[in-house]
Amino acid sequence: MIPFEYRTPKNLKEVNATLKEFGSDAKLIAGGTALVIMMKQRLVRPSCLVSLRSVRGLNAIELRNGGISIGGLATHREVEGSSLIRRRLPMLAETYHHVATLRIRNMATVGGGLAHADPNQDPPPSLIALGATVKATSANGSRSIPLDEFFKDYYETVLGPDEIITEVMVPKLAANTGAAYIKFLPRTADDYATVSAAAVLTLDKTKKNIADVRIALGSVGVTPIRATAAEALLRGQPLKAEAFAEAGEKAKEAVDPISDFRGSAAYKRDMAGVFVRRALERALADIRQQAKAKPAPKPAKKKIVKKKGKRR
Amino acid sequence: MNKKIKFRVNGKRVETEVPTNRLLIDYLRYDLGLTGTKEGCSVGVCGACTVLMDGDMITSCLTLAVMVDGHDIITVEGLAKNGELNPVQKSFIQYGGFQCGICTPGQVVAATALLAENPKPNEEEIKDWMMGNLCRCTGYYKIIESIQKAHQFAK
Repeated sequence: MIPFEYRTPKNLKEVNATLKEFGSDAKLIAGGTALVIMMKQRLVRPSCLVSLRSVRGLNAIELRNGGISIGGLATHREVEGSSLIRRRLPMLAETYHHVATLRIRNMATVGGGLAHADPNQDPPPSLIALGATVKATSANGSRSIPLDEFFKDYYETVLGPDEIITEVMVPKLAANTGAAYIKFLPRTADDYATVSAAAVLTLDKTKKNIADVRIALGSVGVTPIRATAAEALLRGQPLKAEAFAEAGEKAKEAVDPISDFRGSAAYKRDMAGVFVRRALERALADIRQQAKAKPAPKPAKKKIVKKKGKRR
Repeated sequence: MNKKIKFRVNGKRVETEVPTNRLLIDYLRYDLGLTGTKEGCSVGVCGACTVLMDGDMITSCLTLAVMVDGHDIITVEGLAKNGELNPVQKSFIQYGGFQCGICTPGQVVAATALLAENPKPNEEEIKDWMMGNLCRCTGYYKIIESIQKAHQFAK
């Protein structure tokens, strides 16, 4: 690594001032687990590292308007261990648990991971499927960016050099919603995925029709990919057995994988279809499990009566 | 470019000036002479360089020395107390939890962090926690056994 300045501002105001002083030659650092590798490989050569490690108050995980607000400096470990997230959004806790190893998760932050914008990461597909937004803050104020508009290219986001991710907001899920994230790991458990898929599925009141669905994929393009055409196939449609497989087929058109030691491009494309189908099936199973775990007083009773009726 | 930092290593206070581009592992090994911590992959995958920062395990090959300013670092040299090995170390010796030894400091530090959180982990919990500590001699069965039985050596 070539030498660089290392600044430790204590609050956002000081961070902004330091970023202004060094311009685009400066890089923000939080956990450093991604950036230090890139610096060791001389892919990134900042003249100054602006550490966010002394900035307090940006790692809270809390309930807001029924959704969950995650501070940009919360570590991956804090997300996977958060009792709030484990209770209300177990899929997100699981997603963060899948990232690399515990040593990395102890350091890597939620904001840092997103800003790194490696298309092989686990959290982006889940957060895109959950409809999350990123709050980017600079000296000129804050703006909210939907995560599905956040990634531009390989390691590139819409963030300006003076913007800091201060918060990730995951909105409240609608009733009858299930969520799943799955990744295909043919090599080792801490590897990047060959393909990963997240699905968030909402059924209508009758639980027979798909009210809404969001699907996102990782590792199969230069950015995480939202499979909007596959979603459109399902949205508003009755829930039937072949629908998920059809959506999987459609999702294959949205991906653009490269051949590498985790699989050929053609194989990854096929697996993208399979994993979208499976993620949707898991999301549906999640809805059914939730209904079992805490039956809503009225509809659940009706359902039981119906089942008994069928048996007769 | 240098920066002044203050931190603790194995309970001892360190006040020093380090080059900003000095990695924690290099600082520990070459400046402090704590060569127990090993460097394997250099990209945060193998776990040989595991140390504890405020009790949490981190990858010292991906951590800048300046980043530990104000923190408490424990290396494998800091596990023994008054010359007596800790329960994990004793168990690794008793149950043969190593072959060539290069991964052992990382394994022992990681297992110590696990037992601090979960004194009697089951096999699945051990595998999940130790996933990022690779052993190329494939001594995993013995490592898992050593960790599972470490509680026998706790006072």
